[in-house]
Amino acid sequence: MHNVIIIGSGPAGYTAAIYAARAELEPIVIASSVEAGGELMNTTDVENFPGFPEGILGPDLMGKMQAQAERFGAKVVYDDVDSVDLGGPVKTVKTMLGDTYEARSVIIATGSAYRKIGIPDEERLSGRGVSWCATCDGFFFKGKTIAVVGGGDSAMEESTFLTRFAEKVYVVHRRDSLRASKIMQERAFSNPKIEFVWNNEVVGIDGENAVTGLTLRSTLDGSESTLDVQGLFVSIGNDPRTHLVHGQLDLTAEGTIAVEGRSSKTNIPGVFAAGDVIDPTYRQAATAAGSGTVAALDAEHYLASLAEAGEPDAGADQLAGHVA
Amino acid sequence: MTARDVTEQTFEAEVLKSEKPVLVDFWAAWCGPCRMVSPILDEIATENSDKIDIVKVNVDENPNLAMQYQITSIPAMKVFKAGEVSTSIVGAKPKPALEADLAAYLS
Ligand SMILES: Cc1cc2nc3c(=O)[nH]c(=O)nc-3n(C[C@H](O)[C@H](O)[C@H](O)COP(=O)(O)OP(=O)(O)OC[C@H]3O[C@@H](n4cnc5c(N)ncnc54)[C@H](O)[C@@H]3O)c2cc1C
Repeated sequence: MHNVIIIGSGPAGYTAAIYAARAELEPIVIASSVEAGGELMNTTDVENFPGFPEGILGPDLMGKMQAQAERFGAKVVYDDVDSVDLGGPVKTVKTMLGDTYEARSVIIATGSAYRKIGIPDEERLSGRGVSWCATCDGFFFKGKTIAVVGGGDSAMEESTFLTRFAEKVYVVHRRDSLRASKIMQERAFSNPKIEFVWNNEVVGIDGENAVTGLTLRSTLDGSESTLDVQGLFVSIGNDPRTHLVHGQLDLTAEGTIAVEGRSSKTNIPGVFAAGDVIDPTYRQAATAAGSGTVAALDAEHYLASLAEAGEPDAGADQLAGHVA
Repeated sequence: MTARDVTEQTFEAEVLKSEKPVLVDFWAAWCGPCRMVSPILDEIATENSDKIDIVKVNVDENPNLAMQYQITSIPAMKVFKAGEVSTSIVGAKPKPALEADLAAYLS
């Protein structure tokens, strides 16, 4: 039986692990097998995480967070959580590789998943010119003309990055102004390879085996037009990854896990949530890290109160089955 | 067992003319998800060495192969059977999911 299991290894999960490990709770981090390190693994320079005045590469930042958590005794497991049972005093976490973990408390830090446009050919042409990751796939669009759909910071970051490879980058945006921060906007506006297509949404992707163009629809008058591109990068935001806890934890109207006030407390005692999965608004590495801190401190407090009340779990270690 | 590298020079002999099905993992050093999936492929290769061969193609060093097989997203895993692509998988996935995608070759 563990004190605390942390699901997710982004800035929220690893920061929670640093705090929990320093509190000698010997946390287990279930990091995911192929997405360990979270969203920042798919970006290049992170310029707004405090403490790195020259900026730091996303994967380097995540490597450092992991090393810091492991230095104090956090154990990182490269596996994916398949299901959780959070209701009772003993929480159970089952993984895809078939292991079962038990703990007195759980911190959910599963972040968010990229949003799809939701048009028919998006899925079919994914990996054939439709992509969600500029740093992974930009290389294959050397000298090509591509489009980025989106208007936030990540869309600007991706567009600017893609000009390293592409001949021309169209940014297709539904409105006539951007959500992105001033500095990111300026960078994109001053880039000669980037051209904005305002007040349009992507309604179709053309191409038999590879993307050849897009069908756009004006948000002003509904008129349709086509845009010849060989690639489409989708950067229209993220949705909280909550499917593991559906039916167990309360969600907000925005779809994030509901927590009490500024705490990380969910509707189930001993279950805490942190990072982008509870945050419909800010969604930054630094806010996720702060949120991970809150969750670890809340878990520590909860475990201390259990110890005071007298442990309910004596004997639970002998539960049958393969218990890691 | 670590998957061996195949190049534009050796591709025909080692992949197209192979008796066994060959999974080719198109990857690059700058691709994070590629680094995550590569040890998983090594495990699958070790556990199924009698059924399938698993090799890697570095797309930076072998751009013509990447172009020929229309790679636009990595990791891309393509299974070649008798010289033809018989299965394509795009993106890093957990081991059980990859095993499910490859079930036809592993049983
Ligand atoms: C392209 C891009 C660029 C960005 N640039 C910046 C930037 O410059 N500065 C900044 O502050 N923010 C940036 N962000 C936002 C930042 O990445 C997120 O706000 C931050 O990563 C959120 O942290 P998190 O820990 O909540 O979630 P994530 O980083 O998303 O991590 C979630 C983790 O949970 C894991 N997980 C999910 N489900 C399971 C499961 N079932 N089992 C096991 N593990 C699971 C995932 O694999 C992942 O490891 C960027 C985002 C993107 C997409």
